[in-house]
Amino acid sequence: MTTNKKNKNKTRRSFIHQASGAMGAVAVVSAGWPLVDQMNPSKDVEALSKVEIDLAEIAEGKSKTVMWRGKPLFIKHRTDAEIKEAQKVDVSNLPHPQKDEERVKNPKFLVLIGVCTHLGCVPASDKGEYRGWFCPCHGSHYDTSGRIRKGPAPTNLEIPPYEFTNENTILVG
Amino acid sequence: MKKNNTNNSNSVLEWIDYRLPIISLLKHSAVDYPTPKNLNYWWNFGSLAGFFLLVQIITGIMLSMHYTAHVDHAFSSIEHIMRNVNHGWLIRYVHMNGASFFFIVVYIHIFRGLYYGSYKAPRELLWWLGIIILLLMMATAFMGYVLPWGQMSFWGATVITNLFSAIPIIGEGVVQWLWGGYSVDNPTLSRFYTLHFLLPFLIVGVVVLHIVALHTHGSNNPLGIDRKGPQDSIPFHPYYTVKDFFGLGVALTIFFFVVFFAPDYLGHPDNYVPADPLKTPAHIVPEWYFLPFYAILRAIPDKLGGVIAMFSAIFVLFLLPWLDTSKVRSATFRPIYKLLFWVFLVDAIILGWIGSKPAEGSYILVGRIATSYYFIHFLIILPLLGYFEKTKPLPSSISKPVLAE
Repeated sequence: MTTNKKNKNKTRRSFIHQASGAMGAVAVVSAGWPLVDQMNPSKDVEALSKVEIDLAEIAEGKSKTVMWRGKPLFIKHRTDAEIKEAQKVDVSNLPHPQKDEERVKNPKFLVLIGVCTHLGCVPASDKGEYRGWFCPCHGSHYDTSGRIRKGPAPTNLEIPPYEFTNENTILVG
Repeated sequence: MKKNNTNNSNSVLEWIDYRLPIISLLKHSAVDYPTPKNLNYWWNFGSLAGFFLLVQIITGIMLSMHYTAHVDHAFSSIEHIMRNVNHGWLIRYVHMNGASFFFIVVYIHIFRGLYYGSYKAPRELLWWLGIIILLLMMATAFMGYVLPWGQMSFWGATVITNLFSAIPIIGEGVVQWLWGGYSVDNPTLSRFYTLHFLLPFLIVGVVVLHIVALHTHGSNNPLGIDRKGPQDSIPFHPYYTVKDFFGLGVALTIFFFVVFFAPDYLGHPDNYVPADPLKTPAHIVPEWYFLPFYAILRAIPDKLGGVIAMFSAIFVLFLLPWLDTSKVRSATFRPIYKLLFWVFLVDAIILGWIGSKPAEGSYILVGRIATSYYFIHFLIILPLLGYFEKTKPLPSSISKPVLAE
């Protein structure tokens, strides 16, 4: 071995060593990937990852909670007063500045993921100092646009990806 | 220069090895380990068996993340694995066929041992540990086959557990204890799952002992004679690592051909029918690797006798180092044993074939003859052969016949 050391990088044997090492690495990675990927969401879980919600049955001022991907989804049919209150806030003073217009597709309907952005508890509706949501775990107050106003939560309540399939129906996911 | 067993220039490895000698252990047992220089390809099957054990454990752990051990959900959770889980079909097919290939490889490994007399002094305990591994494998494979809760799972479990009812007086109680009830049901499935998960790790433990025993006196070799000195050995690495890897490549090519193109070839279609405790399938047979023993069970027209014969077929292997009275290990120098080895192999294959056939007509007669010969081989022929066989002269060393050419 010691005599080979000088021209180690030149020999055909070292090329064969490196080539088989590289092939071995490719084999290990491609055999390993299925073993890792099997823990990703399976097809049946993915199939349940979209839900359709009928908005017509939610009366003005009321809200509805729907399960989506194992989490609660809040759909609030806001009153004109609540919409106005949400729109007139000066966003520059908020912990997570976002205009109400950025957070809705139709201002009447606010769609939120009902999970506190602090540590994952579910906030209670129509509670708290800003008459939006209040998280009982560590006291985060959200307003009628689901924005964090007071308390330890770092960001506003998350808006899921959704679209209106017609005037009264949304498809979330 | 401080004391250094690794001859490795990497100082981090030296630092670790000084405190925890894993690198020198590896070097001692898998790199420098002196190995007879004349091993042929039949010596590949030990490391291949280790590889398939590893494959079974890894894929098994993956499957356990998606499987549900409950009579109402087991069958559908298998279908869930096949259809929904990412690459679940691949992992399950590898696990299913991996079991078969594990047995193929281990059976070849055992017959290698029989041909070259690898069970003889000083390797009796090495041989015993191997038989214990085989028994643990059989228990593990049987319980694993119950888990999909198909028709074959259910009725296989029923038949095999009922074997214990042949035990006089306590048999019935033992069977109810195994079942956790009055029939194969949810408690049975649940405990089989636990044991199916546990036993492979016991196998790993026994494999470690098997390797320790192996490395105490080193591998046997095709000539079956002891090494006379360093000139008869070569280091394990690179000679046998390369040879083992090449063999592994060939084995994996065959294995994945089956996994991808005939994944259900070795199984039974009935096991894709959910378990029904009210209806036994018309033709019930165990997995192929149990067939010779199943044939022995059925050859004896008595319940207890059949069970005793079946278990004796394996336990006779424990006595083999003393039943074979010949001092010569390798069949190469035992002309009669060499012939009888092949006769015995054919007999074992006939038993496997009989095991797959219904117990009727001439199959019964052939099964009884083959069963008798199985025991005659071990209990009569081998003890006598040691005294009567005229063996060929042994070479004086492993190197001698090579250098003489």
